[in-house]
Amino acid sequence: MALLEINNLHASIDGNEILKGINLKVEKGEIHAIMGPNGSGKSTLASIIAGREEYEVTKGSVLFEGKDLLDLAPEERAREGVFLAFQYPVEIPGVSTANFIKASVNEIRKHRGEEPLDAASMMRLMKEKLALVEMDKSFLSRSVNEGFSGGEKKRNEIFQMAVMQPKLAVLDETDSGLDIDALKIVANGVNKLHNEENAFLVITHYQRLLDYIVPDKVHVLLNGRIVKSGGKELALDLEARGYDWIKEELEAGAPQNS
Amino acid sequence: MSKDDKIIHEVAGSEYKYGWVSNIEEDTLAPGLSEETVHFISAKKNEPEWLLEWRLKAYRQWLKMTPPSWQNLKIPPIDFQSISYYSAPKPKKKLDSLDEVDPELLATFEKLGISLEEQKRLTGVAVDAVIDSVSVTTTFKEKLGELGVIFCSMSEAVREHPELVRKYLGRVVPPTDNFYAALNSAVFSDGSFAYIPKGVRCPMELSTYFRINAAGTGQFERTLIVAEEGSYVSYLEGCTAPQRDENQLHAAVVELIALDDAEIKYSTVQNWYPGDKDGVGGVYNFVTKRGICEGRRSKISWTQVETGSAITWKYPSCILKGDDSIGEFYSVALTRNRQQADTGTKMIHIGKNTRSRIISKGISAGQSQNSYRGLVSINKGAENARNYSQCDSLLLGDQCGAHTFPYLDCSNPTAQIEHEATTSKIGEDVLFYCRQRGMDEEEATALIINGFSREVLKKLPMEFAVEAQKLLAISLEGSVG
Ligand SMILES: Nc1ncnc2c1ncn2[C@@H]1O[C@H](COP(=O)(O)OP(=O)(O)OP(=O)(O)O)[C@@H](O)[C@H]1O
Ligand SMILES: [Mg+2]
Repeated sequence: MALLEINNLHASIDGNEILKGINLKVEKGEIHAIMGPNGSGKSTLASIIAGREEYEVTKGSVLFEGKDLLDLAPEERAREGVFLAFQYPVEIPGVSTANFIKASVNEIRKHRGEEPLDAASMMRLMKEKLALVEMDKSFLSRSVNEGFSGGEKKRNEIFQMAVMQPKLAVLDETDSGLDIDALKIVANGVNKLHNEENAFLVITHYQRLLDYIVPDKVHVLLNGRIVKSGGKELALDLEARGYDWIKEELEAGAPQNS
Repeated sequence: MSKDDKIIHEVAGSEYKYGWVSNIEEDTLAPGLSEETVHFISAKKNEPEWLLEWRLKAYRQWLKMTPPSWQNLKIPPIDFQSISYYSAPKPKKKLDSLDEVDPELLATFEKLGISLEEQKRLTGVAVDAVIDSVSVTTTFKEKLGELGVIFCSMSEAVREHPELVRKYLGRVVPPTDNFYAALNSAVFSDGSFAYIPKGVRCPMELSTYFRINAAGTGQFERTLIVAEEGSYVSYLEGCTAPQRDENQLHAAVVELIALDDAEIKYSTVQNWYPGDKDGVGGVYNFVTKRGICEGRRSKISWTQVETGSAITWKYPSCILKGDDSIGEFYSVALTRNRQQADTGTKMIHIGKNTRSRIISKGISAGQSQNSYRGLVSINKGAENARNYSQCDSLLLGDQCGAHTFPYLDCSNPTAQIEHEATTSKIGEDVLFYCRQRGMDEEEATALIINGFSREVLKKLPMEFAVEAQKLLAISLEGSVG
């Protein structure tokens, strides 16, 4: 059974169809990259997987470990092991990062029938994961994302991911806005967390990231559809040639999978 | 109803957690108010003649006054003759220790999660527990006594320290100050008295937990705190009330006096019965709280977390008389269902270089109405006075209201005054972010609200802040864990 299986997914917002029949299968242990021009629907896909309610799914299904994901509230999906690293992480004034993560971890533990973590273990867990993304522990006492630089916000997402240990992590342009050192740190974090039991869906515009996080598959999302899938070489092609050749291929009716 | 509306509805409509009635024997005066009532109360407490006269004078003034009507509240007419003005738990004998306290009372405190024993052992807080109108137990008195700190019930203060009470009572809130203050002055039953001698830094928080506990009984507390030169005290007041259908009137008066270089920190967590979903029942909380920074460089700081009461009418204020004195007001007011709150502060700048700071956070849910009303007054002689005010309102749902009424009265051109105000709703994207991390909407909402209130909560003493945080969450949660 695939970890994630998306079949003919159609979704709209305010009557505009944005996803027009997405098919995607991610197995445990895999890393998939999704690339595609601005506005093609990448974040929309990520949002629907995470359960954002303003999108209306008009057709198709999303299965997670064989269960219907679309039936679950966002928090239930999170507790089941679906994580989204946001393209634009929000700020939560007055709520310390430590408190936020504590609330989150304990919810997930409760879902698994585990006791809440005591303060010392919680602290140990946070410190260990902070080290993974090379963040200072002073971030813990700062309000969630408030006043964080763009890069710090992205690292904070990976930090949270490391703490929560999801089965499926969707990274929505976690690399944009990162300097080269931060990019390596983030990629390194992902690689350390990656194992045979989990999977990553990495949305990115830049092949650069895929030098560090090596994908099993690369998909091109164009105008609400996955129009091409391939191995990691596809990303290099895209980097070199842009998207026009794919559009041309499409118009010429060429086969969509290489 | 959309899903969000439903959640907000549930969140806003949670049952009052602390609704129960305990069965402590009451000694209650029949309803009605007359000079006789005043005589009865004064006699019951063996008061000196001057105090009886003081009360009677207030009573006669009160007869000529009418209830205030300028506030943004809908107050049903109150029949002052239908209220009982005296009620006391009957102590079997004089109490020397907690062991002798009515176990029912102790159980009541335990339900609130504020077991006196635990408080004593763990936090070093001296607790003067007031149930209805008479102090039942006072702890740590001896330890405080060594430092010369007086902390006792008002009745005891009248007996043991009449000269101090006579000197300061009514000095900040004169009996004729307003309708409810006059009523309180006439019939006040008990309350707390604290006196910190010169140069003493009170080593523990002084704490009083108030409860209204008798059906149809108004409660008229009177609190007086005097901080002598160079002294410091932090005082905690907290309260909850059992659920019932009749409205209960509470008209307390609190007076604070800070002399040269003295500092008084007064913190309140208020959680009286707010009434049910339709606004039936609930406490009317009409309180006059005022402090005077009498001395130079003195400081008075009010911090309040208000979640209870059907109607709140309350403006803890500072008169900044001494040069270089400082007044502060930090407030979180949360209203839901049909609660109404009209609360804020007055900062009266009289001395030179006086400074004041106002941070008000209003949270409204359900069909509640939440108003901030604040006056900053700079008198002619108040050279270089400074004020900073910040009033933030957070709305949950679209059937509630948040209002801000800032008044400014400036008679000195050297004053620097800053005012900021915001009104916002909890953003969808913030909620979604929290839910993506595994929190349900209620928990996310509680977290966001605690964040919104943090500037105020962090002003509370540690243990109190934790309690207040829980209270905000409980007040908002549909189900209580
Ligand atoms: N909440 C919304 N309201 C209206 N339109 C939306 C909304 N969310 C997405 N869209 C539209 O759907 C389309 C796809 O947006 P989406 O954010 O998924 O693109 P993307 O592939 O992530 O783009 P980018 O690379 O710029 O991040 C865009 O045209 C966008 O304007
Ligand atoms: Mg996007």
